[in-house]
Amino acid sequence: MSLWSKHAIFEKNSLVLLIGILIVVAIGGLVEIGPLFYLKSTIETVDGVRPYTPLELAGRNIYVREGCYLCHSQMIRSLRDEVERYGHYSLAAESKYDHPFQWGSKRTGPDLARIGGKYSDDWQRGHLTNPRSVVPGSVMPRYGFLASSPLEYTHIQEDMKVLKIEGVPYTDDMIAKAKDDLNAQLNTDDGAVAGLATRYPKVVAHASNGAAGPTEQDALVAYLQMLGTTVDFTQFNDKASWR
Amino acid sequence: MVDHTHQDIDAATGTPTTGHEWDGIKELNTPLPRWWLWLFYACIVWAFGYWVLYPAIPLPGGHTKGMLNWASRDAVQKDVDNLKAIRAPFVGKIEQASLQQISADPKLAEFARAYGRSAFGNNCAACHGSGGQGNAGYPNLAGDRWLWGGSLDQIAATITHGVRAGDAEGHDPTASAGMPAWSQMGLNTQQIDQVADYVESLIKPTNADVSAGQKIFTENCVACHGEDAKGNLDLGAPNLMSKSKWLYGSDRATVVQTIANGRAGQMPAWGAKLDQATIKSLTIYVHSLGGGQ
Repeated sequence: MSLWSKHAIFEKNSLVLLIGILIVVAIGGLVEIGPLFYLKSTIETVDGVRPYTPLELAGRNIYVREGCYLCHSQMIRSLRDEVERYGHYSLAAESKYDHPFQWGSKRTGPDLARIGGKYSDDWQRGHLTNPRSVVPGSVMPRYGFLASSPLEYTHIQEDMKVLKIEGVPYTDDMIAKAKDDLNAQLNTDDGAVAGLATRYPKVVAHASNGAAGPTEQDALVAYLQMLGTTVDFTQFNDKASWR
Repeated sequence: MVDHTHQDIDAATGTPTTGHEWDGIKELNTPLPRWWLWLFYACIVWAFGYWVLYPAIPLPGGHTKGMLNWASRDAVQKDVDNLKAIRAPFVGKIEQASLQQISADPKLAEFARAYGRSAFGNNCAACHGSGGQGNAGYPNLAGDRWLWGGSLDQIAATITHGVRAGDAEGHDPTASAGMPAWSQMGLNTQQIDQVADYVESLIKPTNADVSAGQKIFTENCVACHGEDAKGNLDLGAPNLMSKSKWLYGSDRATVVQTIANGRAGQMPAWGAKLDQATIKSLTIYVHSLGGGQ
């Protein structure tokens, strides 16, 4: 049994065994991961998906900080019952500017992938402050402190620069105007929203609840209210990227 | 390392050993159980079958499609289409029929109520409560007080276009419209208290003098709430003569807050999110909750 005696080389030399393991794992990795970078069906481009506005990005940071993903998924699976309840199944492209993505894996609460626009801003605020005030059986904790916490956004431009390195197409113009844009999205009468909309299509302005500048709740509500709203599914062709 | 050339048989069990020895102790080389081994081989065969039948191997020109040509997007589309086909006899009729025709046909109305109840649970209950009983700030749909009208057509219009939702055909299309904040419209704290006294006296008759508040009410509030304070469905102005629970609460603190800071509740426009059959069914369901006109 000459094959077995050759195998003894691996069993007797840990360094050779290590190199052997690396080679085997690398082959597996190349076969499984490599194609994801060139297969058209896995890198589907979809019209409408845009980077987060500075305010939405700040809200997303709070979503991550508070660990919302531990109870809420953002991934509507391509199953009948999910599509019936939550709407069109999630597309990979819809989370392409998420670093890290917030797909989650546990649904103590409902999926949030298409929560944007489903309820009013007031509902979101009231529900965050005391979920039981609108959903009597809810087990969600209260996040009332978000309404009184001023939004810390001095580093928002740095956040955007890091995301740009990761592949989010923020332009220098977007980064330069980030702080103005953040405040503009909280001023429903401000003419600056028009400028904001040229940089971020379909952006929705929200009334701030903070007397002295934006609050963390403002940012989180802006983020929640845009989730799943960027793609127009009446125009979406699910076969366009097949090959 | 198994020494296959010089097999050593353990005397006590008759089983071959691995050839490893530690201070006179040897390791038995018991073969894997047959059933496990055959299951393992069967899995390998299954995997080959799977590769052939289902999408599996990524190649430079695209992944293999498999002989069944299965795709998750087609699969869900088929499931949804099947569901639609099952519902089609009723949903098709609901799409064709007017709201009045649906509510006149007992069988169709029964289906619409059931269909509407399920859509209500998913989309509307978060604000209006699971039975349409409402919440503070979110109207009770099971009563007979309506902000924007309780006829079938009025309910359908409100669901489709929303309230202050930016939909040009909706009620109060701009988000900023609604009841003004009177503390910023020239009423001072004392005047707000006086008008609150008057408004309270409408539902809780009192002997106190509320004429000062009445005067302020006549000057400022009748434009929307009407001279008889019975509200105006075209403006979404609530009836202040109603003794049932008020939208934001009828206690003193809430009434003062409402007058001072204004109110502009929003309801999303569902026309773009829900299909016609769902909106019609929701209308029939909401209309049937108790207050339909």
